[in-house]
Amino acid sequence: MNQPAPNVSKGATVARVTWRQRFDRWREHHRDVAVDSLRRLRATPLPTLMTLLVIAIALALPAGLFVLIKNVQTLSEGWDGNAQVSLYLTAKTSDAQGRALATQLAERVDVKRTAYISRERALEEFKEQSGLGDILQELGENPLPAVIVVYPAHDTLEQAQKLRDDLARKTEVDEAQLDAQWVQRLYALLALGERLVLALSIGLGLAVLLVIVNTIRLGIENRRDEIVIVKLVGATDAYVRRPFLYTGLWYGLGGSLIALLLIQALLLWLDGPVQAVADLYRSTFALAGLGLGTGLLTIVGSVLVGLLGAALAVRQHLRAIEPG
Amino acid sequence: MISLQKVSKRYDNGREALVNLNFELAPGEMVFLTGHSGAGKSTLLKLIMLIERPSAGQMLVCGQNIAHIPRSAIPYHRRQIGMVHQHHHLLFDRTVYDNVALPLLIAGFSPRDTGRRVRAALDKVGLLDKENLNPATLSGGEQQRVGIARAVVNKPQVLIADEPTGNLDPELSAEIMDLFDQFAQVGTTVLIATHDVGLIHRYDHRLLALHNGELIRDGYDREHL
Ligand SMILES: Nc1ncnc2c1ncn2[C@@H]1O[C@H](COP(=O)(O)OP(=O)(O)OP(=O)(O)O)[C@@H](O)[C@H]1O
Ligand SMILES: [Mg+2]
Repeated sequence: MNQPAPNVSKGATVARVTWRQRFDRWREHHRDVAVDSLRRLRATPLPTLMTLLVIAIALALPAGLFVLIKNVQTLSEGWDGNAQVSLYLTAKTSDAQGRALATQLAERVDVKRTAYISRERALEEFKEQSGLGDILQELGENPLPAVIVVYPAHDTLEQAQKLRDDLARKTEVDEAQLDAQWVQRLYALLALGERLVLALSIGLGLAVLLVIVNTIRLGIENRRDEIVIVKLVGATDAYVRRPFLYTGLWYGLGGSLIALLLIQALLLWLDGPVQAVADLYRSTFALAGLGLGTGLLTIVGSVLVGLLGAALAVRQHLRAIEPG
Repeated sequence: MISLQKVSKRYDNGREALVNLNFELAPGEMVFLTGHSGAGKSTLLKLIMLIERPSAGQMLVCGQNIAHIPRSAIPYHRRQIGMVHQHHHLLFDRTVYDNVALPLLIAGFSPRDTGRRVRAALDKVGLLDKENLNPATLSGGEQQRVGIARAVVNKPQVLIADEPTGNLDPELSAEIMDLFDQFAQVGTTVLIATHDVGLIHRYDHRLLALHNGELIRDGYDREHL
């Protein structure tokens, strides 16, 4: 397995058999080491379980928050459509042209209806609402533009934004503004939440790494005599390292599986109340889980962190253990 | 098989453990290494195993100059040498069989070859019936013999032993010396470090004697020992 290649000068057939056997040995050895490191973890169930739980909780926290944010996102996608796009028309656009545009826009499939507010009407409304009529009177000319209020046909913010961008390109339109502030605020908050989850993931990922480094370090300490002996009878660094790398892998895998179970349990626990609320609002909303992709990502990430932690611990401590 | 030229060892603390050693051991030769406590016997064996590196000089083992081989090559060097330790260095979390099989497992032998070789080695030291026991349940002499079985299971060309009879009664010591003799008969170079003068007198093997790290005697003469 870790032996240098023997001098093979008897042709390719011999070499192939040799390498084949070598590979079989190597595979068997990996299987044995994997099983043995798992057996060692099972031999000390309580400490193993505690380490696994620490890892699982550290993983479940950001992953759980991620699930909650995703759910709020789905919920906000079904907003009740009270967003509207205000089109401020250019001064050159006549009243007739404005009205025509409003009727024309109302025909579009992505528009539910439109309302035209002429410059005069806008002035009236402004006077009423602000009480600044006198000042405007003194200006002589009406400074307010005509406005077309467009109500989007679809419910999502994205589609409303697309509509806004589309309408802004029209020559008659001076400026197009999307009034959906609460949705936009919510989206901003959710984006912030995603950032926080990311930061939390990195922080807790680091914590998981340190937990694994420390656990493996203890494992190395406990097997000090064994390490000395196998080195004396010709074990390579790779051979000595292997069982600890597998231990790290098992911790990563086990921790992430427990984390996924914890999240699933949380979702089950929340599902009843959420359904009750959804029923009250006559909504069809249902809690979504972590999803296959994110679940796999959690497992793979956790296994990698386990391997990395083990590699770090081994690099730091294994060289120091030498016979002598 | 083993050849030392101007080999010295100075430990990090400045202690000169070996000074300018020159000698050669032929294949199949069985040699005693003796000297007072602190003379440098263990240090010499450690140099051969590359547990320690020489500070100066050349060391040829199995045709290879090992004085400066890279760290990564040390495991393969150690697989060519069997070492019997004074303190058994056995693993008590596995059976006698698994202890003896360890060097073969590490070297990547197939399970079938491993089984054959382990049983042959255990048979040689008379412990075939104890293969499934934990070495912790064995007597000191039996543990020592498990260590010997592990040292020879790989059929090494060189066998070195540090006080192999250290805590054994004369009868067991004789048994173990006979075992070493058998290995030498089939071509293994055997180097035994001991300060057991009685043992040395009982056999007429070549004798290397160290005094404060210097080689003061190399031959078959046992006078004034
Ligand atoms: N790791 C070490 N660091 C520093 N000095 C050492 C080390 N190992 C041995 N020495 C010193 O080197 C000298 C030779 O030691 P060594 O163990 O080789 O003697 P020895 O002949 O085997 O003695 P004993 O019969 O007591 O086993 C001693 O003075 C010892 O103190
Ligand atoms: Mg000694």
